[in-house]
Amino acid sequence: MKYLDEFRDPALARNLLARINRLVADRSADEPPLAIMEVCGGQTHAIIRNGIDQLLPDAIELIHGPGCPVCVTPLNIIDKALAIAARPDVVFCSFGDMLRVPGTGRDLNSVRSEGGDVRIVYSPLDAVNLAEDNPDRQVVFFAIGFETTAPANAMAVHQARALGLDNFSVLVSHVLVPPAIEAIASSPTSRVDGFLAAGHVCSVMGTRQYGPLVERFGLPIVVTGFEPLDVLEGIRRATAQLVEGRAELDNAYPRVVSEPGNVPAQQMVNDVFTVCDRQWRGIGMIPASGWCLSDRYAEFDAETRFEVGTIDTPESAVCRSGEVLQGLIKPNQCEAFGGQCTPRTPLGATMVSSEGACAAYYQYRRLDGSPAEVGVG
Amino acid sequence: MCLAVPGKIVEIRDERGTRMATIDFDGIHKDICLAYLPEIEVGDYAIVHVGFAISQVDEVSALETLAMFRELGILDEELGPEPASTEPAAGEGAGGG
Ligand code: SF4
Repeated sequence: MKYLDEFRDPALARNLLARINRLVADRSADEPPLAIMEVCGGQTHAIIRNGIDQLLPDAIELIHGPGCPVCVTPLNIIDKALAIAARPDVVFCSFGDMLRVPGTGRDLNSVRSEGGDVRIVYSPLDAVNLAEDNPDRQVVFFAIGFETTAPANAMAVHQARALGLDNFSVLVSHVLVPPAIEAIASSPTSRVDGFLAAGHVCSVMGTRQYGPLVERFGLPIVVTGFEPLDVLEGIRRATAQLVEGRAELDNAYPRVVSEPGNVPAQQMVNDVFTVCDRQWRGIGMIPASGWCLSDRYAEFDAETRFEVGTIDTPESAVCRSGEVLQGLIKPNQCEAFGGQCTPRTPLGATMVSSEGACAAYYQYRRLDGSPAEVGVG
Repeated sequence: MCLAVPGKIVEIRDERGTRMATIDFDGIHKDICLAYLPEIEVGDYAIVHVGFAISQVDEVSALETLAMFRELGILDEELGPEPASTEPAAGEGAGGG
């Protein structure tokens, strides 16, 4: 496929790696490695799958960030989803990777095997169509995701209103990238020297929100794509800034990301959603880090419709996904990794989603962190 | 779920006032919503996420980036062999996916 294969070319990857090596050739082994965080789980997956972190010189360390919406959806929202999905009058629609995220004692898959009508949809509009086709059932869509997914989810709510559907609602758990970067950069334990910002989030939102973060924290932010060459180029540009003592906002994914982003998508999102505080699984509350339904669309809120607003549940004591999500430990440093906790028996959400750091390590790495295979895909 | 991939627009139509398209992902056809790319045309490439085209792939920019990556290799040859201590097993992994 055009614009996929070209950005996976091993010869060009070698060029980029050679340049990265040159940039750090003068650093002494005593200096701590330059710590670059890829915020997005899609990039974590690409990095681990292709072994990019292991091809990099020792002077660069990649820290895996919290950018997996499945992973950071808080336990109490999962429990609300389980309560709604178990109702006999409800058709519960979700993206596929939410089905195995453990809530308290069970997941959506087990609700389904106990007779709940839980369906996987590709697009949120599929859920709207289901509501239209089943006027006697309540169709609920699990609206999770970052800014990339919000325009699609917003359109579903907008269309439901346009169609006059009173049997459609959404359980919203949207999260936003800039407040997460802010939370990480301002944490006293943070080791992050620079960020790779998520290219597809920026394709919607543009790059404007990141300039103030660069200014405030004095850390480079490089908007980065998802193919192996894109990731290497993002790392190369961040490394060049760090070595030269610069901190700038840079766009290494200009074929997809523009400064203003997708304006019609932003308008729809701003109509349907409004910024709110949001709990992140494993991390805790980050102020103004999410979107919930705006007052104009409050009638589509599944939490109110099914009276699950008060469900609140503590997280597993064993799971260290919070530290993983903040880049404080690598997944294989968790005691439960690969033993008690595997993709079949996940203790934390980072082991469930293929974009979660724990699952990526499990799939592509041995317990000691070495590659399970050479990553030529 | 955050996966978003480029596809080629093969057909555009109006469904109840919404701009929809058939998109080709390497031979697999899917129906997607074009509401957020009102100007994209048949033959263009778009990044698609959960059934929505969210960004048009700029062909000129894509070619420029690839040319720049090639250029880095040429420059590198002119600069001589890269520092030996950090020579990775290049090409073994980064080309995968
Ligand atoms: S390996 Fe499992 S228990 Fe440990 S942090 Fe990851 S998800 Fe949590």
